[in-house]
Amino acid sequence: MTSIGVYYFGAISLILIGLYAILTKRNLLKILVGLSIMETGVNLLLISVGYVRNATAPILSDYATPTNVVDPIPQALVLTAIVIGVATTALALSVAINVYERYNTLDIEKIRGLRG
Amino acid sequence: MIEHLPALVIAIPLFGAFITPLFRKRYNLAALWAILISGLTLVLVLLLEYQVLTKGMMIYVFGADKPTLVLPSGYRVPIRIMFQVDGIGAFMAISAGLMSFVGAVYSYSHLQKETGLEKYYTLLLLLTAGILGMVLTGDLFNLFVFLEIASIAGSALVGFRNYRGEASEAGIKYLIVSSVASLMVLFAVGILYGQYGHLNLAYLSKQITFNPLDMIALGLLFTSFAMKCGSVPMHYWVPDAYTEVPSGINPPLLVSTYASLYALFRVSFTLFGKITIDMATVGWIMSILGVLTMFIGVTMALVQKDVKRLMSYHAISQTGYMLLGVGVGLTVFHDKQALIEFGRTAMAGGVFHIINHIIYKSLLLLTAGALFYVTGTRNLNEMGGLARKMPITTISFMVGAAAISGIPPFNGFASKFLIYEAVYKLNPLLAIFAMVTSILTLASFVKVFASAFLGPPLEKYEKVREVPKPMIVAMVILAALCVLFGLFPDFVLDKIVYPAVDALINFIQYQSWGGLA
Repeated sequence: MTSIGVYYFGAISLILIGLYAILTKRNLLKILVGLSIMETGVNLLLISVGYVRNATAPILSDYATPTNVVDPIPQALVLTAIVIGVATTALALSVAINVYERYNTLDIEKIRGLRG
Repeated sequence: MIEHLPALVIAIPLFGAFITPLFRKRYNLAALWAILISGLTLVLVLLLEYQVLTKGMMIYVFGADKPTLVLPSGYRVPIRIMFQVDGIGAFMAISAGLMSFVGAVYSYSHLQKETGLEKYYTLLLLLTAGILGMVLTGDLFNLFVFLEIASIAGSALVGFRNYRGEASEAGIKYLIVSSVASLMVLFAVGILYGQYGHLNLAYLSKQITFNPLDMIALGLLFTSFAMKCGSVPMHYWVPDAYTEVPSGINPPLLVSTYASLYALFRVSFTLFGKITIDMATVGWIMSILGVLTMFIGVTMALVQKDVKRLMSYHAISQTGYMLLGVGVGLTVFHDKQALIEFGRTAMAGGVFHIINHIIYKSLLLLTAGALFYVTGTRNLNEMGGLARKMPITTISFMVGAAAISGIPPFNGFASKFLIYEAVYKLNPLLAIFAMVTSILTLASFVKVFASAFLGPPLEKYEKVREVPKPMIVAMVILAALCVLFGLFPDFVLDKIVYPAVDALINFIQYQSWGGLA
């Protein structure tokens, strides 16, 4: 397997591990951890898309020429995605605290105020 | 100023949202500020629609005056973020502007007893900015960013009544569903970027070859947007979120759901429009999902006792009509004769139904909010005899219920009739399901009407009065629109619906960036 293949494999595995946690775990916090793992996987995938072998960081300098830098766009995208992910996680955790205060449990099987 | 309209439409609600927290503890001022900003946004989106109708597609590039940057080698590619506003984008923008204005007016008195309202209005304006960004952008990654803005603001608003456990529960459910959907969108964006090295929708749609990776990307985008627009079998979050959200937010939240529907159409028609063979399959999937959605939604609605929950299940069911109408159009997308014969009409029905449904379902949810405001309960069995006490709410409810059941001369009839007529030509069975759904809808609204408004007046509601004026104004605006759209459907169809449909059909025009490339 080439080196870039390792990244793709790792990224997709992370996405699937996260999805598995979201779909099967009963603890709300574990679901949120799964969400974060999935997000890391997607970010890793985006970063590996812009990877160029033996290239340097895309910062304007004497060493960086158009041919030997990695693609900067995925890095900008991932930076945005990380910030969005932080916002989502922060909001989700604060709502989870609220859920725990009202129901005294984080087990999603027992949080069943809404039915029908 | 006119050429900066697409940017202003986003900038004004964002600016308003970040000013609102300054009105700490002065809730009335915050509310008035939100009404002012959303009113201004409404004016701007109307101007935008006028521009798009008279001058054709509008393109706005951030950081340059022309979308195409010519490199020294003569290589012409879009490298900047651009907003590409065509008929359907402007159409959705009108719905968003109108509904956030109505929501802000309604919230003015609906939420008097709550605290932390400056945050509420901040989130309302952020939600508006997110929706408007989603429908105007011409960049795939930008779409993801605005999708996330709308879903974060939306889920915070769903959990706004944080003293209720159910609200937090619904909020976190909505947040998890939206995050998974958005991450899948980002995954698809990564796949497409990896292959083609571009994020611009128009440019990507020219390059796409439909190899297996593209199929995965299409599947991911289709599923995640279908999930976010509440299509069966991913509809479970809709009733919870719509029920628990404060009623003033229901109109913008509805539009945010249909912004995802817009994204679904944009992906199917523009991004993958070039693929000639497989689009019919995608169209059939969309139509069948539509029929399932409308039927399952309405059967679930029949058994509900909570008035807002009942209406939320109807929202799912009505989404089915839009999927069916536009799905039929997609099925015959590459069959020119069938497209002219009935495909275009079916799509017009589906697109027209989006705005009609947003109007009458918002109206119904607002009347449900009014019932909650005076009675303090949402349980239908505990209400009764309210018709005499609240005449305007009753009349608004009747208009909304008649519109959703497709009774002429209200707006629901106009779009449903187009859908029945056109869908019948593709497959009679689909049209029969659609009509049966309509009858069941009427049945369940008769039940609501009888148990909430009719019957002997109850003692505990002796002192009930009509709701305050801002709530009445919001309801009357929507009721008037229901009647107007029903009486003059041709005007609305010609002015805003057919331009939107043609924008979806003529994806070649979208690809050319308005002739600049």
